[in-house]
Amino acid sequence: MPSLDRRRFLWGTTAVGATAVLAGCTSNESPNAGATNAVAGGTGANSAPGKQVTIGFSAPAADHGWMAAMTKNARAQAEQFSDVTLRTTEGTNDVNQQIGQVETLINDKVDVLVILPFDGSALTEVGRQATDAGIQVVNVDRIFDTPLAYRAWIGGDNYRMGVNAGNYIADQMKAKNISNPVIGEVAGIDSLPLTQQRSQGFKDALARSGFSVGPRVSAQFTPESGEQQTSNLLQGASKLDALWNHDDDQGIGVLAAIEGAGRSEFIMVGGAGSRNMMDLIKADSGVVKATVLYSPSMASSAIALARMLGQAKGISDLAEHEIPALITTYSAVVHKENVDSYLDVGFDS
Amino acid sequence: MTQKSSIPVLTADTGDHQAARPAPPGERDRRRGGFPFDVRLAGLVGVLVVLCLVGYVTRPDSFLTEANISTMLRLAAAIGVVSVGMTFVIISGGIDLSVGSMVALCSVWMTTLATQSFGPFVMVLCGLAVGLGCGLINGVLISYGKIVPFIATLAMYASARGLAERLSGRRTQVVSETGFTTFFRGDLLGVPVLIWMLALVFAIGWTVLNRTTFGRRTFAVGGNAEAARLAGIDVKRHTAIVYGIAGLCCGIAAIMVVARTTSGASTNGLFYELDAIAAVVIGGTLLTGGRGSLVGTLVGVLIFTVLNSIFTQNNLDTDIQNIAKGVIIVAAVLLQSTRLRRRVRAT
Repeated sequence: MPSLDRRRFLWGTTAVGATAVLAGCTSNESPNAGATNAVAGGTGANSAPGKQVTIGFSAPAADHGWMAAMTKNARAQAEQFSDVTLRTTEGTNDVNQQIGQVETLINDKVDVLVILPFDGSALTEVGRQATDAGIQVVNVDRIFDTPLAYRAWIGGDNYRMGVNAGNYIADQMKAKNISNPVIGEVAGIDSLPLTQQRSQGFKDALARSGFSVGPRVSAQFTPESGEQQTSNLLQGASKLDALWNHDDDQGIGVLAAIEGAGRSEFIMVGGAGSRNMMDLIKADSGVVKATVLYSPSMASSAIALARMLGQAKGISDLAEHEIPALITTYSAVVHKENVDSYLDVGFDS
Repeated sequence: MTQKSSIPVLTADTGDHQAARPAPPGERDRRRGGFPFDVRLAGLVGVLVVLCLVGYVTRPDSFLTEANISTMLRLAAAIGVVSVGMTFVIISGGIDLSVGSMVALCSVWMTTLATQSFGPFVMVLCGLAVGLGCGLINGVLISYGKIVPFIATLAMYASARGLAERLSGRRTQVVSETGFTTFFRGDLLGVPVLIWMLALVFAIGWTVLNRTTFGRRTFAVGGNAEAARLAGIDVKRHTAIVYGIAGLCCGIAAIMVVARTTSGASTNGLFYELDAIAAVVIGGTLLTGGRGSLVGTLVGVLIFTVLNSIFTQNNLDTDIQNIAKGVIIVAAVLLQSTRLRRRVRAT
């Protein structure tokens, strides 16, 4: 039937055309790309090139801003050193695959391994294998079950992150002479130990000033969940004095909810330290007044540590001849006065 | 609510009282001079009212205020629209596990820098087109490819979110196109645009399902596909279109999510498929197809939204909330199946 053929032809053309137009909408190329990366400064006695070191790097999939920044920082740091060769593996959230990747790096006989495990316990055994094979292991953030599996560990401090957020908010409340403030909390995934530690630190710090956590919700580290939970929280609390949001990735949604509710009577403190939040802190035009770091710059430091381990150097300002076994990064509070000096560690969420 | 499902195909064999499949309630009630409206739906509305009362009693100052009702409806908007599409699919005898992933893909595709550079109109169109396209792919695979819905949409569930991650580089894409956010986050005649959208989608969905040939055919296909085919319905094309509708609803929901979060991300729409199926099922739609109600679905969505609000407003732990959610689902389905069994026995 000719009319049917014509209809088919028209539908077919429409479908093909629509597909072509949609395909044109997939680009994400920004005209002003070129984000900053946190790198350790190339100064001091240790900066002079030394023995060539091959560093193997294994991390989970870069599936959110923070994790993406970890991998990017590690690469940027390695490029800073003329005496470092970095062997990276494809990021994966499958522990079996990550174990396989680390085994490959061991077989390749790299000098030092930097491992950010998807699950610290699951990768402990392969960390021990590497150590037994004579490879020094730098364990990043998610700690192995035993010190036998790593030479050095560098990671963040979730408890102190909560403490510093609590202290900052308590100070602000006192400065404003608010005696009985309503302090809200938008936590991350509640079943994770890191969320529990952050909340505990926050609670403990507020208690020192005689304050307590009022309305509290738990989101999923995603903008959408942050928006939903915060919308409800704001409805339940007709007046807030301060709000701590654990994570700047979900913070985009938290801010959308605050804006949607037309609220501005409180101060908000973020967590992790995204570039986005730092820009808002610098602009100082909304509720965001500070963010507490859990900075992916630790990945840059891990590469720097690995290089020094490979060259048998120590940290020159310390009396010890060797690299310390445990390094906990400090969760500094970034606020308007100091934000300029932290912009380099802000990551794209 | 009377289900005006005077399905021509099924009326042909209503003489067969021993049929394993019970006739649609509308038929039977009319024949037995039964209730003018669905008792179960009344029970469901009762649950909603009780929940609202609990909310009002525990937080009299803030629960039933205009602001909170508006917030709850806006929170229900995206999942509500997805559930409308899901109701169509389930009534037609299928299932769609990919709705959450499709929402994620639409939200990412419509917020890429390239799409944003064309302005808000193209963003909306892009979201709708991607949703419709994915839905039709589901539908064609199921009807013409003869893949069971569970598997076909499971494949879409995995690949749509994968593509969303690929397009976004797993980043959160912030919307800088202010025209889009200003309109969809704003009000129209004093009511938020998102609530208008939910109402409109629901009204159109209800009309199509209950007042058109297309709707009657959807019931027929879900009730007995073979009988529908013999009665001259193009079951394959109909099935494909039903999944297309579900996809289109995901596109609309993605627009809502992007407006609410001012961003698109591959993590959007997590567990929407479960929330939507739960709302549809407690709304009284049979998972086996052939019977269902959009009003029930809407009440189901609202029950979960109100529950969530009550828990947050009273600062209670989310774990208890999940338990309560589970209890409501089981209770609703138990009620549904015992009533059904009684009906079958009665014939």
